[in-house]
Amino acid sequence: MQIVRALLTRLITTFITLFGAAIIVFVVIRVVPGNPIAMMLPPGASEADIDRLKALYGLDKGIFEQFVIWISNVVQGDFGTSITLRQPVYDLVIGRLPATLELSVMALLIAVFIGGAAALTATLYRGSKVEGGIDVAGGIALSLPDFLWGLALILLFGVLWPLFHISGRISPSLGFEFTSHFYLFEALARFRFDVVLDLMGHMLMPALALAIPLAAIILQLLKQSLKECMHDDYITLARTKGYAESSIILRDALPNAILPTLTLIGVQFTFLIGGTVIIERLFSYEGLGNMAIDAVINRDLPLIQGIVLVFALLFTMVNLVVDMAYAALNPRLRHA
Amino acid sequence: MSFLSIQDLTVQLKNGMPLLRQVSLDVAPGEVRALVGESGAGKSMIGKAVLGILPKAARLTGGKILLDGEDLQTLPQKARRQRIGARAALIPQDPLTALNPSRRVGPQITDRLVDILGWKRPDAEKRALELLEEVHIQSPDRVMKAYPHELSGGMRQRILIASAFAAEPKLIIADEPTTALDVTVQKQILKLIREMQQRHGTALLFVTHDLGVVSKIAQSLSVLYAGKVIEETTVENFFASPSHAYSRALLAATPKYTDPEGSLTQVPESVIAAVEAEVAAFDDQVKAGSRP
Repeated sequence: MQIVRALLTRLITTFITLFGAAIIVFVVIRVVPGNPIAMMLPPGASEADIDRLKALYGLDKGIFEQFVIWISNVVQGDFGTSITLRQPVYDLVIGRLPATLELSVMALLIAVFIGGAAALTATLYRGSKVEGGIDVAGGIALSLPDFLWGLALILLFGVLWPLFHISGRISPSLGFEFTSHFYLFEALARFRFDVVLDLMGHMLMPALALAIPLAAIILQLLKQSLKECMHDDYITLARTKGYAESSIILRDALPNAILPTLTLIGVQFTFLIGGTVIIERLFSYEGLGNMAIDAVINRDLPLIQGIVLVFALLFTMVNLVVDMAYAALNPRLRHA
Repeated sequence: MSFLSIQDLTVQLKNGMPLLRQVSLDVAPGEVRALVGESGAGKSMIGKAVLGILPKAARLTGGKILLDGEDLQTLPQKARRQRIGARAALIPQDPLTALNPSRRVGPQITDRLVDILGWKRPDAEKRALELLEEVHIQSPDRVMKAYPHELSGGMRQRILIASAFAAEPKLIIADEPTTALDVTVQKQILKLIREMQQRHGTALLFVTHDLGVVSKIAQSLSVLYAGKVIEETTVENFFASPSHAYSRALLAATPKYTDPEGSLTQVPESVIAAVEAEVAAFDDQVKAGSRP
């Protein structure tokens, strides 16, 4: 019963959040200078032409009226048609979303793996040179933004030592027919490891660029929490039982130390998804973020609106997952 | 033949400041020895040295710890750890923090049996249920599945006692096991520890600052001051005629139930000065090399 109520509350707040996001993006992109009509017509087009085109896209109506039309269409599943690409926004977004999801999740996994392993290692060797080295590496990773890491990686593994592809999502020469837009997932499910390898060759560098700063944040917070836990009495008791330091860290300290990190990962993951916009551009990766930049440049209003709504939905979903994971991992919360 | 034999144990901080000054004591199988002294006298430090859980800043710089005749310091780290885990156990001071809050109670009792001693899980669980009954816990089945925060402080201390006896250790170190509990529970827990100790014939090193507790549970005691054993005797002799001036003052300073206000006295400064001088003289002897 409680779960149903919690889910219902969550669903309602999600809708309110999305509605708020819809209003903001709708108003903002109409208030800022520049409009799609100016982008479509050659310089020197007549007033009459401009007005005709405006009427065609409904841009001659007031903002409020436009919003009502748009939102009532959205509720019915119609997100409008892209002005520049002349395709339904829904199809465009659904086509690109999987690419961004795969990239962000890959980046998250890499960040959790690197950050977690570094934090555990630093805790095991606390007070030694190993910890010092990890701290220094973490500091450097944190002090540079993701797109600079992207450039550095391109230079290193794309140019100097061309290990990975520096642009795109898949090599066209592969000629592999996908039935879904989740390329990596599909290739794995169909055991086409040659395709997986090619996809990874494209995805690894942008994912790593996104992951490096997040890994450093995870490292710092998790290490701090672990160190505090290591002073707890149940750790001392586990030592007297005969357990090795490494298994004590993994079994006793980690589950107690991980909760603050989990919350942080949730917040940071939304930043990471935001970061895909510029990273996808940098690596010409055909995802939602790359499409968002084009849409903004061309003032493709329906497309921008659609993309922002999807991003907003994604953020609320991430928060939901984090909350659920938190409840699952914290027994004190579960029974409350 | 004593089960635990500590010989000239010296523990120092990294800067050389001594925490334990050539402490020697023996605990025979089935014997209960109390370690008394004021805060900072080093009584808990002895237990920590035996169990291999000295704080990072402290170092064992001299002496031997023989557990069942085996010199722990000569063993490689892993073997030492496992030897201690199999033969000795700790009843910690604060039951509210000594259980892992994110693990169920059952595995926290059985883990040593399964992971260190190689028992089969069902056997270990059966043993844990028996032990929980032994420490007078109602519905042990339910408690095994509970998380620590669902149980009271007294319950948790019972669980920790059960856990300490799980592997039938020959030695248990109880580090002020009743200080964190309220007075009504203290008595029950003390009675329980004594009952368990006698039934299992376990040697017990009981760290406390409460001489009233000592008279109820121990047969022998060592009085510590500034990390040095200044008196070692049987409980009978100690309460009848303590030989050291500090011991006498300590005994006199214990509040009496008949007159709690009037009997609240401090250890006189002259006695403190005398025992301080004794410790300083001992340090000089060590420095001069007339003691090993």
